[in-house]
Amino acid sequence: MAATSIKNLKEFSTSNDRFEGAHTLCPGCAHSMIVRELMNCTDDNLVIATNTGCLEVSTAVYPFTSWDTSWIHIGFENAATAASGAEAMYKARKRKGSLKDNDASVKFVAFGGDGSTYDIGFQWLSGAVERGHDFTYICLDNENYANTGGQRSSATPIGATTTTAQAGSHSYGKKEKKKDMIAIMAAHGAPYVAQLAPNKWKSMAKGFQKALETEGPCFINTVSACCTEWKFDPKDTIGITDLATDSLIFPIYEIIDGHELNILYRPKNVIKVEDYLAAQGRYKHLFKPEYKHVIEQIQKDVDKQWEMLQRREEARI
Amino acid sequence: MQHLKLLANDNRGLNELENGTGLMGWHEVTQGSILPSFEGDATHIAHLKSEERSYSNFNSYTATVASWRVLKPVYNRDICIDCQNCWVWCPDSSILSRDKQMLGIDYDHCKGCSVCVEVCPTNPKSLIMFSEQTPLEDALGQWPEKKKKEDK
Ligand SMILES: Cc1ncc(C[n+]2csc(CCOP(=O)(O)OP(=O)(O)O)c2C)c(N)n1
Ligand code: SF4
Ligand code: SF4
Ligand code: SF4
Ligand SMILES: [Mg+2]
Repeated sequence: MAATSIKNLKEFSTSNDRFEGAHTLCPGCAHSMIVRELMNCTDDNLVIATNTGCLEVSTAVYPFTSWDTSWIHIGFENAATAASGAEAMYKARKRKGSLKDNDASVKFVAFGGDGSTYDIGFQWLSGAVERGHDFTYICLDNENYANTGGQRSSATPIGATTTTAQAGSHSYGKKEKKKDMIAIMAAHGAPYVAQLAPNKWKSMAKGFQKALETEGPCFINTVSACCTEWKFDPKDTIGITDLATDSLIFPIYEIIDGHELNILYRPKNVIKVEDYLAAQGRYKHLFKPEYKHVIEQIQKDVDKQWEMLQRREEARI
Repeated sequence: MQHLKLLANDNRGLNELENGTGLMGWHEVTQGSILPSFEGDATHIAHLKSEERSYSNFNSYTATVASWRVLKPVYNRDICIDCQNCWVWCPDSSILSRDKQMLGIDYDHCKGCSVCVEVCPTNPKSLIMFSEQTPLEDALGQWPEKKKKEDK
């Protein structure tokens, strides 16, 4: 594997972009920050499959492609299937010696939104991981079906308003809690599972490199702040992500071989979840007196999860 | 300072379609389509800078989104410390950096989101948003003074 140097940002900035501009993602969209970092952290040839969603529709606007690598889109749910099929064919041809370049280092990657990862493509992802293909699946988790106008997904947190779980006089938005996809993927026995965020660029690049290096199926959930549906000013994408990681609503951690948990970022000053919620329009209604209990509930859940992660890290089981 | 030649042109790719060079229109696409990102062999693209590559007309690098902008970021070399924060967080691959040095903004691909201004750590900032019509020299002439630390 030819990893590029990520020792510091200056070193990393000498890497070559393979994700091109003039895609049509919203200004300030975190999807592209994440994808660009994945493509810049390695010199290996990449074969990338992408589920339908903002990333796919915005980077393959006919007659343009923003991908400087082999890239395929088939349908909403099957990036994991496409990547695993390509990987299986590649392995077979390598064995037969029928590849154009038998020594080239090639990595297989799949991108999906939370809608396609947590919901509609879930069984495809589960199948590909169970079959043990050598690929890395990266979920761009913006906690809603953004490309179709902001419907709720099973990654949408409790209390957020979406077009299909709307806040109003009788509702505080989504009533159900977010699915713990990291635990689910670790339970598959995947060799590398992590949750990473673009504001912590180094731990994200390190995690990406680790996943690409690791043989077998790896899963990474990335926090992808979506100014359009979370309702904040595009300039604040990194600031909002800072609030997300520093309030611990999005803890940064990895799980190796399904059990060895490492916390990758410990905020010096943990901020209240309230500060994270207050910065986004999708939680505005929670600040009415009648919904105060929802904010308290979210804080309790975050504290409990952090406690659990720390104990698991200590226990190494 | 190094200057980079950019390839952007609003009509590349699209022109080819409309002028009937044998490519399909969207309404004719049935099974799928393949868009080659480069002319010729692309195996070693990861080792080439954009100015060393031969982009095909289908690569979005040859298109522009400049018309999306209302405000544009202006770069002031005098204050910049080359930290590369703007480079790593620009969502539109529009910060031009070579040899660990920030060179400026690729105005063909910048959408004016202002993320780079927010993450710039210098005082005053080395990147500031100005209206799209403001000439660069005027913008540089109006640069704010260093801000004093606020009293607590
Ligand atoms: C099987 C199927 N169902 C629904 C759709 C419509 N659709 C296209 S993109 C999208 C939302 C994608 O949401 P997500 O996966 O979270 O990605 P995001 O756009 O948020 O990045 C939906 C519902 C589809 N293309 N195919
Ligand atoms: S809707 Fe959200 S995820 Fe989609 S392009 Fe816009 S900011 Fe990005
Ligand atoms: S304004 Fe946004 S798109 Fe333009 S250079 Fe700055 S970060 Fe990049
Ligand atoms: S963030 Fe500011 S100081 Fe750092 S490289 Fe960019 S312009 Fe220069
Ligand atoms: Mg989504």
